[in-house]
Amino acid sequence: MTSALSRTADGPRIQAGAPLLQLDHISKRFGGVKALDDVRFDIKRGEVLCLAGENGCGKSTLIKIISGVHQPERGAAMLFDGRSIEGLSPATARALGIQVIWQDLALFPEMSVAENIAFESNLGARPRLVNYRAMRAAAARILDRLGVKLNLDASLRTLAIAQRQIVAVARALVAEATLVFMDEPTASLSQAETDALLVIVRRLSAEGIAVVFVSHRLAEVLDVCSRVTVLRDGRFVGTFPTEGMTQTRLTELMTGKTFDYAVQERDLSSAPVVLSVENLSRAPDYANVSLTIRRGEIVGLTGRLGSGRTELALSLFGMAPASTGTVTLEGTPVRFASNREAIRAGVAYVSEDRLQLGLIQPQSIADNTAIAVLDSLLGPDHLISARRQSALVDTWIHDLGVKIGHPGHAVSTLSGGNQQRIVLAKWLATNPKLLILDCPTVGVDVGARAGIFAIIHKLAKAGMAILLISDEIPDVYFNADRILHMRNGRIVGAYVPGETTLDTIEGAVHA
Amino acid sequence: MSTQTLPRGEGGRFAHLIDSDVAGLLALLVLVIALFGIADNEFLSLSTFTSVAFQLPELGLLSLAMLMPIISGGFNLAITFTANLSGLAMAYVLQSHGGVDAGLEVFAAGVLAALATGALVGWLMGVIIAYTGAHPILVSLSTMIFVRGLGEFLTRGGDISGVPGYVQAIGQGTVYGVPAPVLVFAAAVLLWSVVLSRSRLGFATRMIGSNIEATRFSGVPTRRSLTLIYTLSGLMCGVAGIVMLARFNSVRVGHGESYLLITVLACFLGRVDPFGGFGRVFPVAIALLILQVIASGLNQLGANQHLSTALWGGFLLLIMVVRSIWASRSLQTLFSKR
Repeated sequence: MTSALSRTADGPRIQAGAPLLQLDHISKRFGGVKALDDVRFDIKRGEVLCLAGENGCGKSTLIKIISGVHQPERGAAMLFDGRSIEGLSPATARALGIQVIWQDLALFPEMSVAENIAFESNLGARPRLVNYRAMRAAAARILDRLGVKLNLDASLRTLAIAQRQIVAVARALVAEATLVFMDEPTASLSQAETDALLVIVRRLSAEGIAVVFVSHRLAEVLDVCSRVTVLRDGRFVGTFPTEGMTQTRLTELMTGKTFDYAVQERDLSSAPVVLSVENLSRAPDYANVSLTIRRGEIVGLTGRLGSGRTELALSLFGMAPASTGTVTLEGTPVRFASNREAIRAGVAYVSEDRLQLGLIQPQSIADNTAIAVLDSLLGPDHLISARRQSALVDTWIHDLGVKIGHPGHAVSTLSGGNQQRIVLAKWLATNPKLLILDCPTVGVDVGARAGIFAIIHKLAKAGMAILLISDEIPDVYFNADRILHMRNGRIVGAYVPGETTLDTIEGAVHA
Repeated sequence: MSTQTLPRGEGGRFAHLIDSDVAGLLALLVLVIALFGIADNEFLSLSTFTSVAFQLPELGLLSLAMLMPIISGGFNLAITFTANLSGLAMAYVLQSHGGVDAGLEVFAAGVLAALATGALVGWLMGVIIAYTGAHPILVSLSTMIFVRGLGEFLTRGGDISGVPGYVQAIGQGTVYGVPAPVLVFAAAVLLWSVVLSRSRLGFATRMIGSNIEATRFSGVPTRRSLTLIYTLSGLMCGVAGIVMLARFNSVRVGHGESYLLITVLACFLGRVDPFGGFGRVFPVAIALLILQVIASGLNQLGANQHLSTALWGGFLLLIMVVRSIWASRSLQTLFSKR
C-alpha cells in the first residue's frame, strides 16, 4: 500500500445536510470468507456516488446488505434519515425507497414497457385484477419525468439494451425511490447511449434522489459522481471527492498496485508487413479502408459503436466478405470464403461479445481452449486424445496465468479477466500471424486489464501483428504503436501516441 | 438438466465413467428392481430379464437416434417412421429376391438398403436444418409426415411380412444365452459413446448444442456437423428398423409409433440437458433399463393392461419429484457450506 492509500479520509462534505444513509462497522462473513470487513458508507439526498472496486471486492455484498437481502454481523450501525434500520428486510428496504437495478435488469422480456414499469404498483391491489389503464398512465408519467419517449406497448424483447436500462430505471422510480443503486449500468451501452443515461442520472439527482453508481468505466465515474467510495478485498479503502481524482489514481486505489502508464515508442518501420489492406469496401458497413500492420506492431483502431470497425474485423476474419479491395497476408493476396480458411491462414479474432460469440459459456474451460485446434489433438486412431488435450490446456493455462478451479468446470464460472485469457488461449493455440482483438477489455476489471495488455505486449514482442479495436481510447493510446480513427465506415484520422495527446484523440473521436 | 448442482461442463474426456449421474441412476435402477422384487416374488426371475432384454433394444436404438440431435440442441421427431421406412426397404429387397428363401447376399443388400434409407432421410433433414436454419422440430415433423405418407403409400397401409429364418434370429435368437438384439444394442451404445465423447463430431455436437454461433466463430464447420448429426441419427434409425423387422417378422409403417416420446423421456431421464450441450450415452442406457424394468414389472404384476400405462406414467412422475427433492437438498448443502 502506498502512503497515499492510507489516507482513509471521509472526504470533504460536498453537499450540506445530514446523510440519507449512514453505515458504520459493516462486516459480513460467508462461512470462512470475510466478504466485508468493517466497511463505512454514507450518501446524502440527491448525491451521485460511485462504489468502486474490482470484482469480488464486496460491492455486491454491501448492496445486498443495504437492500435487506443480507444481514450484517453484530456491531454494525445503520442509520436511514437519522433513524436506526437494524434488522432491515427486503420489504422494509423497499418501503424506505431503496431500489437496486442489477446488471441483468430482471425485467420481463415478453411483457410490454408499461407492464414492466408499473407491474409492482399492481401487486396486492384489490380487486385482484390488472388495471391496464392505470398502469399505462403511471408508466407514461414516469417516462415523462425522465424525459424519454418509449412506445408503452412495445414488448421489452424488441428494445435495445439501452432502452431496457431506462425501463429498469423507470420501474425503480414507480416505487417512490429515495436511493437507487445501479450495477454496471453502462457495461453494454455505446458512448451516445451512456451519455443519455448519465443525463437521466443527473435528473434523478436534481429531484433529490440519491444514486449509487457501480461501474468499471472510470471516465464516466469521474464525470458523473461527486464522491467515490473504494473497496478492496472486502475492506474500506476510503471515500474520496472526484474533483482532482484521475483514472490512474483511482485504479491504484482499487487495485493497490501502481501502474506504469507510458505510450509505446518503438521503431518498427523496417519490420516486414504482415497485413496489408487496400481500398477495402463493403456496403454499407465501411468503404475504402487501407491499412498495414507490421510484424510485432500493435495498431489501434478506435471509433464509436457502429463506425464499421467490427464489420471490418469480420471481413479480415473471413466472416463478412468485402465487395471490393484487396487484403494481402504476408505478401499473398487472400480472399477467405469462411473463417476456417482465415484461421488456417493465420488470422485469429477475439470477439467483442465474449458472452455470446467469444466463448461457449456453459461448456468446460478445457473444451473452450481446445475448440479451434481439434485437428492437432487427434491421435493415431483419429479420435481426440485426452492426453494431448489436457497437455494443451495445461500449457496455456500456465502460460497465460489463468486462475481456474478445474479445467472441467464451465468457463462461465470464471471472472471476466480469466475468461478473456481463455479466449486468448484458444486463439493463440492456432498460432496466428495476425491477432484481431475487438474490445478485449469489455467487462474486465481494471487490475485484470493490465494483465491482458501485458500478454498482448508479449505477443507483439514475439512478432505477432496485432489489430487492437477499442472504444476506450486510453486502451489504444497506451498500448498501440499507431492509432487509426474510424467513423461512418471510413478511416478519418491516424495518430502516433508519442506525437499527440490523449485529449486530442478523445476530442476527435467524441466530436 | 438445469437442476444439476455440480459445476457444469464436465463433459467428455474430463469425466470419469462412474460419476454422480451414473451412480444416481444405478441406485434408482437397483431401487426399482428391489421394489418390484418385493411386490412380486416371480419378478426376480430369468424370464423377466429375458423379456426386458428382448424389448429394450428397439426403444434403445431409437433413443440413440434421438440422442445426438437433442445434444446438438435439436430434435428428430421422424425416428420411428424413418426406422420403419428403412425396414421396408430391407423387406422389399428380401421379398423381391426370394422372400423367406433369400440368401445371405440378398440379406447383406437388404441391410445396406435399410441403412442407406435411414441415412438418406437423416441427411435430408440435416441439410435442411443446417442450411435454412429452420427449427429442427419443424423440419423433423415435416419429415415425419413425409416419411409416414411415403410408407403408407408403398405398403398400401398394410404390413409386409415373411423374412428368412436367420433374419428373424437377429430379433428373436440368442448367442450364448444373450438375446441377439441386446448384442446389437450394446455395440451401438459403444459406438455412439466413442463418437460422442472422443470424435471431433461429438465435440462439435456438444458445442453446437450450447451455442452454435460461438462454435461457428471458433472455426468449427457447424453446417457440415449438423448435416452429419442427422445423417447418423437416420443411420441409427436404419439399425432400429432392421431389428424391428427381424423381431416382428414384418414391417408396418406404424410400428413402435408410441416409442417416439419415450425416447425423449429416456434421454432426459438419462441426464441429457433438454436445452442441449450436455449428454452422455451410458446414463441414457441406464435410464432405458429403468424404464423397461418398470414396464415389464407392471406387466408381470398383472396390472390391467390399460391401467399399466397410467401406472407407468405415474411412476415416472414420482421419479421426477424425488429427483427434484434430491437436487434441491444437495443445493442447500452447497449453500450452507459457503
